[in-house]
Amino acid sequence: MTRYFTEDHEWIEVDGDTATVGITEYAQGQLGDIVFVEVPSEGASLTKGGDAAVVESVKAASDVYSPVSGTVTEGNPALADDPALVNTAPEGDGWFFKLTIADKSELDGLMDESGYKAFCDTL
Amino acid sequence: MRVSETQEPAETETLPLDAWHRARGARMVPFAGYEMPIQYEGILAEHEWTRSHAGLFDVSHMGQLEISGDGAAAAIEAVLPIDLSTLKPGRQRYSLLLDENGGVLDDLMVTNAGDHFYLVVNGATKWDDIAHLREHLPDDITLTHLAEDALLALQGPQAAGALAQLGFEPVEGGPRVEDMTFMDNAVFIWSGATVRVSRSGYTGEDGFEISVPADKAEALADALCEQADVKPIGLGARDSLRLEAGLPLYGHDMSPETSPIEAGLAFGINKRRRSEGGFPGAQRIQRELAEGTAKKLVGFTVEGRMPVREGAPIYSEDAEVGRITSGGFAPSVGAPIAMGYVETQYSAPGAPLEAEVRGKRVPLTVETMPFIPHRYYRKGAAK
Repeated sequence: MTRYFTEDHEWIEVDGDTATVGITEYAQGQLGDIVFVEVPSEGASLTKGGDAAVVESVKAASDVYSPVSGTVTEGNPALADDPALVNTAPEGDGWFFKLTIADKSELDGLMDESGYKAFCDTL
Repeated sequence: MRVSETQEPAETETLPLDAWHRARGARMVPFAGYEMPIQYEGILAEHEWTRSHAGLFDVSHMGQLEISGDGAAAAIEAVLPIDLSTLKPGRQRYSLLLDENGGVLDDLMVTNAGDHFYLVVNGATKWDDIAHLREHLPDDITLTHLAEDALLALQGPQAAGALAQLGFEPVEGGPRVEDMTFMDNAVFIWSGATVRVSRSGYTGEDGFEISVPADKAEALADALCEQADVKPIGLGARDSLRLEAGLPLYGHDMSPETSPIEAGLAFGINKRRRSEGGFPGAQRIQRELAEGTAKKLVGFTVEGRMPVREGAPIYSEDAEVGRITSGGFAPSVGAPIAMGYVETQYSAPGAPLEAEVRGKRVPLTVETMPFIPHRYYRKGAAK
């Protein structure tokens, strides 16, 4: 399994044709206390860079974009009752959704972990 | 991920406690023209700390003004709907700066400071307020902007106990800080400086606002935060605390487009002034007091967990009947709450309405405010 990152602070972990998407530790730190997450439903069709989910902190609502195009197979049901999972385990149990990847070549432009870390250091 | 909140313009100034906030890990954001701390450890924890202990807020962005001169009371009454004949020395009262049409230019606190009046106005509006007052006050009345004074708010059930430890010395037989009651205002000597203290705030909790010379602000903030019950709190929690307390925020819940009667602030139009008039917008205010208004600011509980925020339209079935002006997750309620304007026929507590958020309808119920009971320290209240 390989994990990639976007400049908008999403991570995507790829396993064959399927992948899991969430927001990064850096992103949750910027957002602060998360009180609500809206994840896409099974079957939803997402496009690379398009709106995929909404995460709300006490202060504001933020859009989460899909790192690649594809079809959602599952939204994380645990976030409905426990949105703070995104604060405590953003890159683990606080994942947002799983999808079937439409075109694996879309992964090419994404960063790997060291590339993303270097990117965050510039912010 | 991208935060959709609109950012304030980047040209900002710093306040006396800027370095103090940064040293304590504050995240600073532009607000009302200044770099301000929005949070330290996190808005939820800071909110809950203030409700259970005492939070220290830096509100030095707010405008502190003095008005003096022969006839100052009459001059102020010509611009504010306040009755200063019933405001005793050492007492503070909420009032409203109104335009000629009765729209709200600002809300503010007025204190009878004995030989002058002391006003605290909103940070974002202070320069406009000063210009408005200079234009409308007679030339022999002196308006002074206390631009060199910081303003700290200490709020929460442990605020009085913590402040009492600092040894503020009463001036001229005035009360001790712990003996002041809600809306009392007095001057003290602390560490060689004159500080002005009011027992009031913007959280719904008991607490104080302390005006202190800028060069003593760090020492005062340190002395307060040395108390085990006191932590610094950011603007994020200040907003969630005031929302739960049902306290409207200028520029959001009221503006020049709304009258104080629509905003539920009729208490800011003092009794004698209601009958006598003689303040800006009096004609409209008197008519609205007699006949009511077409829309009203009300509070809402929100079904589910999704926050309903400023700008969301409000519906009764298919008809758009209002708009949310403030909303978010309420930590002490454990659910989202909001306030907004609705057509008066839909404003009764219990009325079922819906807000639209990202194309989805969210059920709302009109709720009597405050959402969390006020715990002000009023005269005659049990200790």
